[in-house]
Amino acid sequence: MSEDSERREASGEKGEVLLEMRGLVIEGMAGETWHGIVHGLDLTLKRGEVLGLIGESGAGKSTIGLAAMGYARPGCRISGGRITFDGVDLTAASEDEKRKLRGVRIAYVAQSAAASFNPAHRLIEQYSETPVEHGVTSKSDADADAIELFGRLQLPDPDNIGYRYPHQVSGGQLQRAMTAMAMACRPDLIIFDEPTTALDVTTQIEVLSAMRDIVEDFNTAAIYITHDLAVVAQMADRIMVLRYGHLVEEADTREMMADPKEDYTKSLWAVRSFKKEKAPAPEDAVPLIQVDHVTAGYGKLTVLKDISFSIYPKRTVAVVGESGSGKSTAARVITGLLPPSSGDILYKGEALPGDFRRRTKDQLRKAQMIYQMPDTAINPRQRIRDIIGRPLAFYLGLRGSELEQRVLDLLQMIELEPKQFIDRFPGELSGGQKQRVCIARALAAEPEFIICDEVTSALDQIVAEGILKLLDRLQRELDLAYMFITHDLATVRAIADEVIVMYQGEIVEQGDKDDMFTPPHHEYTDLLLSSVPEMDPDWLDQLLAERAKSEVKVKLAGN
Amino acid sequence: MSAETPDIAEAEGAEISAGSSRWRDLGRELMKAPPTAKFGMIVIVIYILVAIFAPIISPYKESQIIGPEYLDIGQAYYTKDNGRIEPLFSEDEIADAREDGHEIGTLVLGTDNLGRDMLTRVFYGARNTIGIAILTTCLAFALGAGTGMLAAAVGGWVDQILSRIVDVLMAIPQLIFALLLLTIFGTSIPVMITIIAILDSTRVFRLARAVSMNVVVLDFVEAAKLRGEGLGWIVRREILPNIMPPLVAEFGLRFVFVFLLISALSFLGLGIQPPTADWGSMVRDNATLITYGIATPLIPAGAIALLTISVNFVVDWFLQKTSGLRDE
Repeated sequence: MSEDSERREASGEKGEVLLEMRGLVIEGMAGETWHGIVHGLDLTLKRGEVLGLIGESGAGKSTIGLAAMGYARPGCRISGGRITFDGVDLTAASEDEKRKLRGVRIAYVAQSAAASFNPAHRLIEQYSETPVEHGVTSKSDADADAIELFGRLQLPDPDNIGYRYPHQVSGGQLQRAMTAMAMACRPDLIIFDEPTTALDVTTQIEVLSAMRDIVEDFNTAAIYITHDLAVVAQMADRIMVLRYGHLVEEADTREMMADPKEDYTKSLWAVRSFKKEKAPAPEDAVPLIQVDHVTAGYGKLTVLKDISFSIYPKRTVAVVGESGSGKSTAARVITGLLPPSSGDILYKGEALPGDFRRRTKDQLRKAQMIYQMPDTAINPRQRIRDIIGRPLAFYLGLRGSELEQRVLDLLQMIELEPKQFIDRFPGELSGGQKQRVCIARALAAEPEFIICDEVTSALDQIVAEGILKLLDRLQRELDLAYMFITHDLATVRAIADEVIVMYQGEIVEQGDKDDMFTPPHHEYTDLLLSSVPEMDPDWLDQLLAERAKSEVKVKLAGN
Repeated sequence: MSAETPDIAEAEGAEISAGSSRWRDLGRELMKAPPTAKFGMIVIVIYILVAIFAPIISPYKESQIIGPEYLDIGQAYYTKDNGRIEPLFSEDEIADAREDGHEIGTLVLGTDNLGRDMLTRVFYGARNTIGIAILTTCLAFALGAGTGMLAAAVGGWVDQILSRIVDVLMAIPQLIFALLLLTIFGTSIPVMITIIAILDSTRVFRLARAVSMNVVVLDFVEAAKLRGEGLGWIVRREILPNIMPPLVAEFGLRFVFVFLLISALSFLGLGIQPPTADWGSMVRDNATLITYGIATPLIPAGAIALLTISVNFVVDWFLQKTSGLRDE
């Protein structure tokens, strides 16, 4: 510990300017010419300060984050402005000088820890690689240091966890190990690039609090890049809102939360306000889809344990739970991709064959699916015309001009300019547009029931909200029933009529949305609900204080 | 961009390229190609032109004997099906040839061991050898890619059976196996094409199966299955378009191997049979001449080598383009 305090002293006082960007211009090669990605940005970061960068994808957040290390991605270049890190001009520094800074004085935590670790080496070896390579400490000191940091980041069994390989620890643990790795040389600046985006809400809490504590303890400055406002509110002292490489607004966190000035910032803040009108209570005695005591699994592994629920026409049932809770497996059972080992799927009271290959064309048509990743859900080598047209031709037998007209109508329905999009390839569409095409393809089959598997989680919040509104409008117009699989409770609040909470293959609670969001809850539901970040800078502190009291965290969230 | 979608507009901007500029892009890509690839493409185009127009640009007929001192031997060499020895050319033709009085020295590449014009033989050789090689490669691809995609799409025991058959075929050295089969079934061109196509399709099967495996796990294939699409649709419309780049590159390489195999078989006397001009047998027929310091056998050999290298240059460039491996 004495070493730490020495180093902290050496790193200077809080308040002094550490990183400064003036008129930063970054360009990227697209086609044959250079296009601006960041247009003349000014940024100042003081020692010990945490700066939040938020914006949609394409806003240039990550590019700026990397520029803070004097680095530009392949195909990009820093073409103007100055980046000064602690008196060193990074735009003028040689590769060798920059290499000495990186890892030692500036560290980087990437979005996907799983992709950033070398799967062939133990965690602790990867931890000590940088300090030993740069000659900061010896291997044995670095190992001892790693164990201490693992403990401070609340990793279980800190003495031994370092000797595991990356695949032997969970995603949340890996993200914390990566934070520890970034801290190895006690850098002055850490860049966090969406570090919790890939994690479940319950895990996100732990990673967030661990990261915040360690940044505070070592008085490290940080740039925190995210698209999630509620998260940035917990982490940052100051927030910069970016759009298309321009600064929209900059203010202290509390001020920004309480009183956003710009329209764009306000629209970001308002994203989570969408709420659909409540569907009327089911009149029909017969549910559209009924899952009746279904048990299913892969090989010897049982993923779903005797679950039962019903979905009524024109209603939305949201299925929530962490990854591994069996949500998606339930969808696979309903579609027939995974025949249940016992139990039945009933459609309007009639049992459907367990295997989709034995279902009739009409049974297949009635239940459609929309996937999480629009990039892989539509064939990149087919034109929009063929993607949407195929179900029309296949199920409804439409041909020629009739088919074309229907495709145009569907494009209209999903709010894409028909003439402009009909002959495009998916590669020429943005993520949100692709997801709309997926919706159109599902609608083309004229279904009664659509399974939406995490349809908004790969999208920016504003785009996601557009998709939710579209789905809601279509439900009202076309009398659809939705099964909405998600781990995002904000989405549930927005669109659900009923909620099913799953945990380890079982349904822990189900009921009307309003009942679900009012206590008392099952304790897992409680953990899940309370883990959703709120737009309040004090939320994390309060939550941690509460949890410390109730100790529910130890019981359930512990890995 | 439509007015109804303000939330998703603008975001893409520069990345959209209209379909009409595709040809211009192609032209630009070709101009940017490295010199090796350009060289390869030019050579291939020349070979193809020669192959197509061989009858027009050749000074003589494919098997015409023009060296006057060879004409008598030439008659003796030609045997008809009924076993009787008959002259290759009519008396008039022989008279014409004698009258023309060709000197071997005036021909660009001279004559071969039977007094046929070497230039003509090389031109016709391009036509025969390249034509047969392309046909064989196409057949190998139809067979190999079809079964490979099928194995990936269906999986289970179909995949197991097909893969094990391929393993067995690949376990036997290709050239020896081809020689064996040609000896059994006889050495006609259709038999040779079939045998080489089947043997080569095993390599194509392996590649097609491997790349298809990466495609069949994607959601759009699952969506097609859930729609109730048949296997034919899934293979042709969902998988095939997505595995075209590696298949096209493999087509180039496979063509070279087939070409070399045909040449090797012809050299060994089990490939294309005389008097059809073919580079492999042309090397063999004239091989002994090298002992007299005559370069004749090296001409078809050089033609083979040049084509092989050129195709490889182009394939290398194409692979680098499509796999996204660039030096940055």
